[in-house]
Amino acid sequence: MKAILALADGTTYPGTAFGASGESVGEVVFNTGMTGYQEVLTDPSYAGQIVALTYPLVGNYGVCEADVESRNVQVAGFVVRELADVYSNWRASESLDAFLKRAGVVGVQGIDTRALTRHLRADGVITGVLATGDALDPAELVARAQSAQGAYAAKDWVKHVTTPDVYHWGASEADAKYRVSVLDCGVKFNILRELAKLGVRSTVYPATATAAELLSENPDGVFLSPGPGNPELLDYAAQTVADILASEKPVMGICLGNQLLGKALGGETFKLPFGHRGANHPVKDLPTGRVVITSQNHGYALDPDSVAGADVDITQINLNDGTVEGLAHKSLPVFSIQYHPEASPGPTDSRFYFERFLENMERSRK
Amino acid sequence: MPKDLTIKKVMVIGSGPIVIGQAAEFDYAGTQACRALREEGVSVVLVNSNPATIMTDVEVADRVYIEPLTPAFLAKVIERERPDGLVPTLGGQTGLNLATELANRGVLDDYNVRLLGTPLSAIARAEDRERFRKLMREIGEPVPESFIIETDAALRDLSRQSGLPWPLIVRPAYTLGGSGGGIAHTVNELMEIGSRGMRLSPRHQVMIERCLVGWKEVEYEVMRDANDTCITICNMENLDPMGVHTGDSMVVAPSQTLSDKEYQMLRTSSIKIIRALGIEGGCNVQLALDPHSFAYNIIEVNPRLSRSSALASKATGYPIARVAAKIAIGLHLDEIENKVTGKTLACFEPALDYCVVKIPRWPFDKFVSADRRITTQMKATGEVMALDRSFESALMKAVRSCEIGTLSLLYKKASLWSDMEIERLLSVATDERLFAIAEAFRRGLMIEEVHQLSFFDPWFLVKIRNIVRMESRLREGAVIVLTDEGTELLREAKQFGFPDRVIADLTGKTEMAVRARRKSTGIVPVYKMVDTCAAEFESHTPYFYSCYDAETEA
Repeated sequence: MKAILALADGTTYPGTAFGASGESVGEVVFNTGMTGYQEVLTDPSYAGQIVALTYPLVGNYGVCEADVESRNVQVAGFVVRELADVYSNWRASESLDAFLKRAGVVGVQGIDTRALTRHLRADGVITGVLATGDALDPAELVARAQSAQGAYAAKDWVKHVTTPDVYHWGASEADAKYRVSVLDCGVKFNILRELAKLGVRSTVYPATATAAELLSENPDGVFLSPGPGNPELLDYAAQTVADILASEKPVMGICLGNQLLGKALGGETFKLPFGHRGANHPVKDLPTGRVVITSQNHGYALDPDSVAGADVDITQINLNDGTVEGLAHKSLPVFSIQYHPEASPGPTDSRFYFERFLENMERSRK
Repeated sequence: MPKDLTIKKVMVIGSGPIVIGQAAEFDYAGTQACRALREEGVSVVLVNSNPATIMTDVEVADRVYIEPLTPAFLAKVIERERPDGLVPTLGGQTGLNLATELANRGVLDDYNVRLLGTPLSAIARAEDRERFRKLMREIGEPVPESFIIETDAALRDLSRQSGLPWPLIVRPAYTLGGSGGGIAHTVNELMEIGSRGMRLSPRHQVMIERCLVGWKEVEYEVMRDANDTCITICNMENLDPMGVHTGDSMVVAPSQTLSDKEYQMLRTSSIKIIRALGIEGGCNVQLALDPHSFAYNIIEVNPRLSRSSALASKATGYPIARVAAKIAIGLHLDEIENKVTGKTLACFEPALDYCVVKIPRWPFDKFVSADRRITTQMKATGEVMALDRSFESALMKAVRSCEIGTLSLLYKKASLWSDMEIERLLSVATDERLFAIAEAFRRGLMIEEVHQLSFFDPWFLVKIRNIVRMESRLREGAVIVLTDEGTELLREAKQFGFPDRVIADLTGKTEMAVRARRKSTGIVPVYKMVDTCAAEFESHTPYFYSCYDAETEA
């Protein structure tokens, strides 16, 4: 079966369908990682987006149950140059094609993803429609993409992906070395796995939970998760973070958590032209001068000028474009990073931040 | 830290004559490094005994000495030129050995010449087998366990140990080609092969090691600066499993059959090793990965620019030698510009949006009576690299580039091989194994059968079978291939890397007819840029590969 990716600017890319059949609309973005498609597909931060991979050969090692980052496939659609005809890996339990079919997510292969990437790089991310079928009308799909323009940025995607109910992860109440409340704006399982490895019992709350709820069981610290979409729609969550800061509890934030911390301190965010999505982003830690290679997935960034007078230091910057990659509160045990120390996918070089969070919790107990 | 301004003049030792395992790649690396040093205002004194190199061209270095590469001659050059520093890691093993010798003889101290880049102590830690194993154990990185056994009693004790890493490979010491050894899967086999091995060994000694036959072999190119920032340039997966020298292996970059968890596990391990060794510059880490678990072993580390780093450099567009030279004079990775983009820094990891295939070039066409078996000692005298958007096409381009008289996987001798010969050619690595695999599929062998004999990962085998299937699809499509009905077939054949001549041969057409039809239907190659960043940033590099995709950039 055929498939077409149609962009709101009138560009169309014909290809061959895989995964589920149907039609979906989303913001079209690209990711430059060479491995980790399963982690990308299940990362809640990609909700509402049609994701294209720049690496051309995808699906080679299949998918396996252990590597999901949430309960669902989160992307709106998936675009690759070539889907592997067979998969080969000892952990794999099914093909990428079957995985997407089961999840009801549409995919297209046979597209010149480098041409698409060059287009997005030059003109910025754009609304697109991905449709499967042998009798598609490209003009009609373009029109649908045009009418959906602005919808991604106007929707609160966090409410779409957050947990409806409170749940626990990791050590039992009795064995927990630390207890952490997680504000779930779209948490990835590997964050909870990493915390659990360190003896943490996480209690995961919906994004709409109040500070009082998050602090109700007197946790050792609070974790602010990554998440999808436009941070400017999340004043309620920023208010929650501001209230948590007043408790002086240790806080760690990742990705959207970094932006929410900035917003809680009066900052503002802006949309990047084509975002940071990949596993090769260099980030410089300003105090040490050391650079780490990081896994990234975000379309918005914190405006550094907007937090100039706030009680927070910009501790890290991206070496490619100079954007804010980390914050540390001037007086409280509170810090955040814009990238993903939990990796999955990507390098694990910055995993030590989870230990730093633990150290902060240990210190604040005394 | 900005560059060290006390370094005004640097000596570079070339790699001398071209020999197997040390060929033009060191000229490429050395030339790049000389230019990089001069860019920083450093005056370069080059010594190489091989005049047929680019690096000895007058515009590459400030002073060129074409002299024998011996400590005595080098000492004289040092005496005369009084360089402030010497970079030992650019001239392959030859340059490294000479630098070590000069240091040991006190020549460097006498003339206040500093060794730049990776310290000699780090090199010694990486190259001395026992010290390296000890260091790996200290940092918790697995190395293949090995035991030296000299008596039947010791063998019995060993066989009773619990937790032995079965299967074990038994190698009698000091026998020609390790004859009399074997692989033991059980205690009984170990006792049998072990005592036989001791009888056959003139020293009554056997070395018993964890057997990694069939494991995947993966390499990482890693860089580290004096500030301890570490990056990996790329990884590479050998198509040939463990047991074949990487210089004799077909290699693909990036790895194709590793999941993100495996890729990152081995990347993390490589970075841990370069840190533990204290390397300042580039380093190559070779690892073996169990295809059925997360178990892996460190095989070897090259603490210098190597054949693999030259390949990785060309495969990614990242100038490893250039950056290593700048690190040697004190620059940090985030102070070095990425010349490809002109905007970003050398401190990032290349993202590839194409597939790279390397095939070694063996000289068996010239040495017809030579033993074609390839094992742990390198026999290739050169290599070719091909880039494309698909593995099939990259492989086909590479085969063509080898200039071994075939334009595809259709190998003249192959149809004459008996089924028995094919089985042997699948299980014993030779320069003809790739063609034997293709022939096996032509004769209807299953993926699993070929895998059991060759240990090639099924993913690669399926790709090779795709090429073979295209051969028969073209034969069957002979009537339609140059008509509207055959346009898709023709396009697919081109995307699989089939040259017009091979398409013509398989379909009974002329090459000219195929080409004319192709052009009239718009099936023409486009050219895509090697930009180190998968198109994320605009680049200005005249470095392209052809492919049958949609958009051209040239």
